[in-house]
Amino acid sequence: MIKTPLRNTEAESRADAIGAQTVSVEPRIHAPVEVPDPAVEVRGFSLWYGDFRAVTDVSIKFPRKKITAVIGPSGCGKSTLLRGVNRMNELIGGVRTAGDVLLEGANVYADTVDPVEVRRRVGMVFQKPNPFPRSIRDNILFGSRINGYQGDEDELVEAALRGAALWEEVKHDLKQSGLALSGGQQQRLCIARAIAVSPEVLLMDEPCSALDPIATLKIEDLMRELAKDYTIIIVTHNMQQAARVSDFTAFMLSDDTARGKLIEFGPTTDLFTNPTDERTEAYITGRFG
Amino acid sequence: MAEETATAGGAPPVFNASMQWRRIKSHFFVALGLLSVLLGIVTLLVLLVDVIVQSAGWLDWQFFTSFDSRFPERAGVKAALFGTLYMMAFTMLIAVPLGVMTAIYLEEYAGDNWFTQFIQVNIANLAGVPSIVYGLLGLQVFVRWMEMGRSVLAGSCTMALLILPIIIVASREAIRAVPPSMREASFALGASKWQTVRNHVLPYALPGMLTGAILAAARAIGETAPLITIGALTYVPFLPEHPLDRFTVLPIQIFNWVSRAQSEFHDLAAAGIIILLVVLIALNSVAIYLRQRLRTRY
Repeated sequence: MIKTPLRNTEAESRADAIGAQTVSVEPRIHAPVEVPDPAVEVRGFSLWYGDFRAVTDVSIKFPRKKITAVIGPSGCGKSTLLRGVNRMNELIGGVRTAGDVLLEGANVYADTVDPVEVRRRVGMVFQKPNPFPRSIRDNILFGSRINGYQGDEDELVEAALRGAALWEEVKHDLKQSGLALSGGQQQRLCIARAIAVSPEVLLMDEPCSALDPIATLKIEDLMRELAKDYTIIIVTHNMQQAARVSDFTAFMLSDDTARGKLIEFGPTTDLFTNPTDERTEAYITGRFG
Repeated sequence: MAEETATAGGAPPVFNASMQWRRIKSHFFVALGLLSVLLGIVTLLVLLVDVIVQSAGWLDWQFFTSFDSRFPERAGVKAALFGTLYMMAFTMLIAVPLGVMTAIYLEEYAGDNWFTQFIQVNIANLAGVPSIVYGLLGLQVFVRWMEMGRSVLAGSCTMALLILPIIIVASREAIRAVPPSMREASFALGASKWQTVRNHVLPYALPGMLTGAILAAARAIGETAPLITIGALTYVPFLPEHPLDRFTVLPIQIFNWVSRAQSEFHDLAAAGIIILLVVLIALNSVAIYLRQRLRTRY
């Protein structure tokens, strides 16, 4: 059982109640962005932990083979939204969702869809590097083995490690434990492990928050490389990081009316230089959050 | 009260540090603690030395290779030693798979509802039930209803019941010690629940489960009451060759000898105790070694 503590103070539940009753929660996107062929499309998505609504009616199209950053202050629902894409939230009991998440046009929340299959197609990298206490090789191969990979394992290991810019550093000893690597290397191993099962989308949940600046820079360079082949959605606390690596940025916020609303979405350069919503401007200029 | 008000009014606060008295109190409690520790250790040492002295001369090869006898110089622990080994083998065969599977179910699969909570509370309670109660249960269910007789199998089933709660609790703790991030990593790669449990949760929890199982075995080896209840207290001049054969075990053999009149048999009992102690210490050492050696680091 994976248990996540829920923060459900009185104020929060009151805000939730008000939001549910009276206030329209349409995201106010002043300049709608046309995304013609999205890899992932979120449509009117809401998510509840028990009675606690963490994401409220989010609609967003994630552009294919681009990096989209989701930013916002703590508790704005950005990680929950991210986990909604590969249905990781359901590992916690008492989660309920509404709305659709379309992966290549097909709703991953449809009754006929097995979340296990969704998670192979949507890779995920976590906040804290979490390699298995196994060899580097076994870390890479676990996902392919359980999914019935038929090809050559050595080739796959090399391709995945090269794809994650880790091959040159570890090729002399693939049998060493993944835990023997440095933090940045561990995170790149986790990325290699994720791309080894050929996902269509990569979700990254604050992948650099546990890393030093140099390791962070390496991951960011790697993300630019990976964006040539993958659609990447990254949740980050770090606005500079969002500005550096992402092509598009979504800004989320919880306020008195509702929790986990999408406030603004647009090309990163536009959003950071010329935000249309005053709350976005206040956040990116550091006036709160 | 008046003085305190005056202090608050601005006069410098007065302390009565009395360092001397505080130091004495401090030393006094160190001494008290040390005394408690020593009391336990010294008592154990005296008992141990007494047993060793008593067993002197009786612990020879003949003691291991002989069955029990009316003549102390011809009596040995062969039947009891093998009986213990056979019984423990079957006990672990029954209790470990059952216990581990129960723990996996409760930790990984069961939802958080009144039924699982009811089970959890009762497992904790079962671990505290006196062992004689398990003996009575075993006598009725295994010996009589299931017609196993006073056999190795009946003893094993009874012992398995006795240690099942211990194994379940230890296994659950080992499973809980596997960080959620490992499960998340596995699920995020498209692993099913069973693939996650099979490839990650179980292997990482295995050292903890093993340790728990060994400590449970050590508990069962020393148990006497339930086996006396189901009738293992007999003169057994042969090795059990079949699970349904009659048997005896070390603690019962020791109990048997202690209750004889001749003092030579009391010396034999001391020798039996030494063997039992060596087995128990060996088992506990293996458990500690495994815990240190195989501990998974994340």
